[in-house]
Amino acid sequence: MKLVTFLSDVAMPFIILMIIVYGLIERNKVFDTFLDGAKEGLSIVLSIFPTLIGLFVAIGALRSSGIIDAIVNILNPVLNLINFPSEIMPLALLRPISGSASIAVATDIMNNYGVDSKIGLIASTIMGSTETTLYTIAVYTSSVGIKKTRFVLISALIADLVGMLVSVAICQIMF
Amino acid sequence: MLNIIWPIFIIISFGYAIFSGNLGKLNESIFSSTSESVNLSISLLGTICLWNGIMQIASKTTIIDKLTKMLRPLMRWLFPDINENSNVHKEISMNMVANILGLGNAATPLGLKAMKSMQKENKNKNTLTNSMITFIVINTASIQIIPTTVIAIRSSMGSNNPTSIIFTVWIATICAAVAGITATKLFIKFSEKGKK
Repeated sequence: MKLVTFLSDVAMPFIILMIIVYGLIERNKVFDTFLDGAKEGLSIVLSIFPTLIGLFVAIGALRSSGIIDAIVNILNPVLNLINFPSEIMPLALLRPISGSASIAVATDIMNNYGVDSKIGLIASTIMGSTETTLYTIAVYTSSVGIKKTRFVLISALIADLVGMLVSVAICQIMF
Repeated sequence: MLNIIWPIFIIISFGYAIFSGNLGKLNESIFSSTSESVNLSISLLGTICLWNGIMQIASKTTIIDKLTKMLRPLMRWLFPDINENSNVHKEISMNMVANILGLGNAATPLGLKAMKSMQKENKNKNTLTNSMITFIVINTASIQIIPTTVIAIRSSMGSNNPTSIIFTVWIATICAAVAGITATKLFIKFSEKGKK
């Protein structure tokens, strides 16, 4: 348990250190390079900002209208059977479809139940361990103009499902 | 996709709010949501700029090449159809390394290039090959050392320990990738049996 906390604490500083030292060894202008990258980060965030506003309003509206709670209540008995917290369900459904919508839902969940609550930690783990599957498949297949995708969607969704179930399980054990 | 989902969300919310008498709350949420999204974007800005800068340094070094070499045995098992010394092999493993490091901007162009190279050797131009499917599934599994976006979200919401989920993310993402690859390999086996 202590080792796990240690790993989580140390991962980010260690990687930053390793990369900078590596850059120095290969005699790069590390700070100039850093600035170039950081500038690019600015445009990434600016480009997703309008999407975030639109989706935050939509998700906020869903939450405040009470319909999310209503759906959660309906799903509760079914999901309890497999020990899956129904509060996570809106995120699980949207995650494969839209990256920015899932950011909005995850933030909404963390706001409601607390960032460091079990539900908040599960939502964070799901966000970190899964991708916008449908979007990725669409980009990669359409780039080569392929229509017949065979079993790629099923395989990718199996991976997502397992990722989500494991996220719930590991958070129940660890936190 | 969002052109359909977004209006549905808004319409359902208004409909349900009238039905449940939550119109006042809904009104409030419109304004609090916009300021929440501004707050989130500002703190995303910090983490993402920092990380992008660090990763820019990484992309200027030979780290990617070195890690790519370490992936070789795994690559041979994942993509048995692809010639080991071909460019495709290199493009695929560079895409995987870039994804693992969280270099999304570098990973996608590399991935698309790998798809194009695989398409050249594809006999059936409008159908995905086995290797293409394996490659896409690995990309959707998003194996990442540092889940930067989530950490940024968590820190914007005042978490006591924004990085506490790194380890759980590792476990979940590895299980997801293993499940995806296993499923793909099984599907490939079945589809080849069907042909015989």
